[in-house]
Amino acid sequence: MILIFVIAILFIGGILAWLSEFINPKLPRVVAVICLLVNGVLLLTLLDAPTLVQDGIDGDWLVHLKASWLPRFGIYFQVGVDGLSLLMLLLTVFLGIISCGAAWNEIVDRAGFFYFNLLWTLAGVAGVFVALDLFLFFFFWEVMLIPMYLIIAIWGHENKNYAAMKFFIFTQVTGLLMLISILVLAYSHYQQFGFFSFDYFELKNVQLGSSLGMAVMLGFFISFGTKLPTVPFHTWLPDAHSQAPTAGSVMLAGILLKTGAYGLIRFTLPLFPEATATFTPIAMTLAAISIVYCAKVAFAQTDIKRLIAYTSVSHMGFVMLGIFAWNAQALQGAVMTMLAHGLSAAALFMLAGGLQHRIHTRDMSNMGGFWTKVPLMSVVALFFSIAALGMPGLGNFVGEFLVLLGAFRVSVPLTVISAFGLILASVYSLWVLQKVFQGKYDSGKIDDASLVDLSRQEMIFYIAMMLGLVWMGMYPQSFLDMSATTLDHLLQSTEALRVGL
Amino acid sequence: MLDLIWLLPGFPLAGFLILTLTGGRLPKNLVALVGAGSVGLGFLVAALASYELQSSGADHFTRLLWTWMAAGNFQSDFAFYMDSLTVVMILIISGVGFLIHLYSTGFMLDDPSYSRFFAYMNLFVASMLVLVLADNLVLLYLGWEGVGLCSYLLIGFWYEKPSNGYAARKAFVVTRVGDTSMAIGLFLLFSQLGTLNIQDLMHNAQEQWQLGSGMAIAASLLLLGGAVGKSAQLPLQTWLPDAMAGPTPISALIHAATMVTAGVYLIARTHILFELAPSVQLLVAWLGLITLLLAGFTALTQHDIKRILAYSTISQIGYMFLGLGVGAWSASVFHLMTHAFFKALLFLAAGTVILSLHHEHNIFKMGGKRKQLPVAFWSFVIGSLALAAFPYTSGFFSKDEILLGALEMGGPGIWLWAGGVLGAFLTGMYSFRLVFVVFFGESKGHHEAREVTGFSMVAPLMVLMVFSVFGGWIQVPVDNVFSHGAIQEEHHVSFIMHAIMIAVPLLGIGVSYLFYVSRTFSVEKLMANKTAAALHKFWFSGWGMDALYQRLFVKPFVSLARANKKDIIDGIVSIIVRAITVANSLMVRTQNGQLRWYAASMVAGLVIILAVGVLL
Repeated sequence: MILIFVIAILFIGGILAWLSEFINPKLPRVVAVICLLVNGVLLLTLLDAPTLVQDGIDGDWLVHLKASWLPRFGIYFQVGVDGLSLLMLLLTVFLGIISCGAAWNEIVDRAGFFYFNLLWTLAGVAGVFVALDLFLFFFFWEVMLIPMYLIIAIWGHENKNYAAMKFFIFTQVTGLLMLISILVLAYSHYQQFGFFSFDYFELKNVQLGSSLGMAVMLGFFISFGTKLPTVPFHTWLPDAHSQAPTAGSVMLAGILLKTGAYGLIRFTLPLFPEATATFTPIAMTLAAISIVYCAKVAFAQTDIKRLIAYTSVSHMGFVMLGIFAWNAQALQGAVMTMLAHGLSAAALFMLAGGLQHRIHTRDMSNMGGFWTKVPLMSVVALFFSIAALGMPGLGNFVGEFLVLLGAFRVSVPLTVISAFGLILASVYSLWVLQKVFQGKYDSGKIDDASLVDLSRQEMIFYIAMMLGLVWMGMYPQSFLDMSATTLDHLLQSTEALRVGL
Repeated sequence: MLDLIWLLPGFPLAGFLILTLTGGRLPKNLVALVGAGSVGLGFLVAALASYELQSSGADHFTRLLWTWMAAGNFQSDFAFYMDSLTVVMILIISGVGFLIHLYSTGFMLDDPSYSRFFAYMNLFVASMLVLVLADNLVLLYLGWEGVGLCSYLLIGFWYEKPSNGYAARKAFVVTRVGDTSMAIGLFLLFSQLGTLNIQDLMHNAQEQWQLGSGMAIAASLLLLGGAVGKSAQLPLQTWLPDAMAGPTPISALIHAATMVTAGVYLIARTHILFELAPSVQLLVAWLGLITLLLAGFTALTQHDIKRILAYSTISQIGYMFLGLGVGAWSASVFHLMTHAFFKALLFLAAGTVILSLHHEHNIFKMGGKRKQLPVAFWSFVIGSLALAAFPYTSGFFSKDEILLGALEMGGPGIWLWAGGVLGAFLTGMYSFRLVFVVFFGESKGHHEAREVTGFSMVAPLMVLMVFSVFGGWIQVPVDNVFSHGAIQEEHHVSFIMHAIMIAVPLLGIGVSYLFYVSRTFSVEKLMANKTAAALHKFWFSGWGMDALYQRLFVKPFVSLARANKKDIIDGIVSIIVRAITVANSLMVRTQNGQLRWYAASMVAGLVIILAVGVLL
């Protein structure tokens, strides 16, 4: 039942937040944070839940629920949580609270509707992380799209309509490809077993021919690859990020991108072991290109949010590399990178948003020498830049190291190319630090009337994220152990079928 | 104390945390107490633990703290490993480190960012200690990257000057190129040998790999890539001279005594891999030799006091690499230690000179300062004597052992020896060029300047002077770490060879004397010769390597990145969008509301469909 609560609280909380605006415009944000805190507590109770033993579901599930929805078409309301899902849900709730913090003072216009959209986006994301029925999964996939579109389109910056539309079209078109793939899968199940099914566990038994299998797999891959995003489907992200309000960026980079990676791990590779095995060289090549190419494009950007957006694509390349390498180290690394990048990218976007809020520009050519003016902010920026460039001792390193360690056993050349990303990451990260915080401060270039250091409330959020990254970096085992059961199971279940490798 | 070995990096780390969390709100004397005190406590732990290890009779000790990360069959621990090589390293790092911290409490006193300075310094010491204590290569890599980060932060410590920021970034990125090579080496080692624990790794390598096998060559080459980056050897040496932008104690601690010798440590620690790949080991020797000569020639031409010392450091690490390459493992570690003493002494003395002369760096604007700056003068004389391997100073013993190692190697050893001797000549020349120009002759400017002294700055110099002179008598007990080539056997070297090795550095000092004191030779006349002037310019630029890399890597990367700022893939997507827009506007035009146009298009469509139907 906990799962129903978790999702329902977000949906209902969204409506309450909207309505509460009519009582007091400062109420919606409080409602949102309370909903998320309650969810956090609910999820924490699952940490020591025992593994379920139940027929028809393979894997180490902590919670599982299957209720009839449209039985005629084999559609059920089927949700479940295992270690991987739980990690993702915790990340969602944590960053959800951080997003509220980012929006706290920034969003004053139509605040009720904003928090409604925020909570509904999170509801969609949470649904995606627990859905075990592909129709339900697709439903949640769509649910997270529209509120996010509205967040960009309403509360975005100067070019918000273009960016929002681009985000919508990219996600929607590729989403339709996935829908077609899902329908083909369900129909194939009908052909082979005599009844329609959208059940994750049942669909694993469907046998598709190699060409149909590849086509259906590509439908999933393109949809998830766009969300991740990977080259060449990444170009919506820089626009969306640069135009979105800070809270939107935090959710996009921290959580929404991870649904793409989650989809690959949970659905694409387990459902199509043969097709993905064949496709692995291409996917890993795309990942390596994403890492190196986007790091290079990032370096050339002058808009600080666009720059961070490109670095996100580069880092998510490591995630895809690890997923397709499909062995214990690489997969663990991919999950670890998802978590660590969730925090570090969210923090960097918050910093960029905080700067924009203070000096009304994102153009780095106008910045410089801020260390003298805002030392606290500079130290925080230093910390997260160092985390992003993969400093051992912080979470991102553990992720990227394990990914490369695992990927090396699959493809030496692609791993070596991807490792160049480590060098490029240091190039762009240090460049941003130099450009914004070091050098001599020139007050003539910007309107610095409101350039003040981080407030106590902002610091609380940053410190929470810093502690998270240190924890992940120094004692990653807490997280690795959680996802290990899921990943081991997925690896074993596909082992026999991935003979192509 | 062995069980509490985690306190060794723990104290400096705690110092870092205290200084960071208080964010500069502590009074300066408290900052000094935390900053220097934490390293001092660390030294006590190191000394006690070393004593305990030696007296226990065991040759190594391992302390597991916690499992760092485990995934599938991979596991890496937070675990410390101590043997006699570690003992030497931790004593140097915490001991010399403490002296430099003490010196810094005086040197940095007027700096507004006093607390930030010691925070970075403490973090550096903690990382460096983790590097040498690590029992596996991943943890070593943590220390390795940590010291790189601190090096970056401290080179760019005075961040308002953009050139400092540039030097800091250059140092970080260039060494990261090496680090990435090393990381790939780790992946290779794990995929082949199934572990990254150093001792297991060495054991497995010996069992699984033949002498000269391809895997051994690849693995040792990749690790060598990391070592040349950190230790500023060819071809990744270009960052070190620029790194002198940082405060002078940093140059002493990071860019002379400890971090830059991490590459030497790495190779010594994994020497079994290098022994399995003799071709790579020989490459190490040649790289060392070429580096030491190139840097020696360049040091002769510099006039910034710190850059001279920087090139001298590159050159001396070249000797260590030469020693590693010829299998004189103990001798290299020995030279690492003596170098830490006399180079730290020289840098700290240079700091005194610079601070006393109002941040003057150009040695040709000093002159005749031996009366004005007596402490710095004697420090420089003693440090330079040790650096030039003057008989019975510390540098003499260690360099001697390396060169003897080269001689005894046979084969190309004689060439390596000859090169090393030539390098010793250069060392004598450039080190005393500095001494003569700064402290002898007539005074050129800064006549009123008084030497900055005080206990905190003078005491470390005194201690280091003692060690620079007598450090050669310390027995480095690392022989049991290295399988062979390390036993203190009697060297069978002819008297003439030995005499040459003693005489050559003195000859170098003599030539310097003739140029800069007696003026028997004239630099001006020499520079009148066009070839000599061109050569001087070439050496001065560090053999044009910076310009070469600028042209080969930096410029193409930057211009390519700038050219693609708009992301060509987005451009392709935009073409699709534009095509759709155009198609849309064409379609819109057909909706013109004229009935005959609709009728005509319907007929045309019908005709086409029929035609297609008939034809197929």
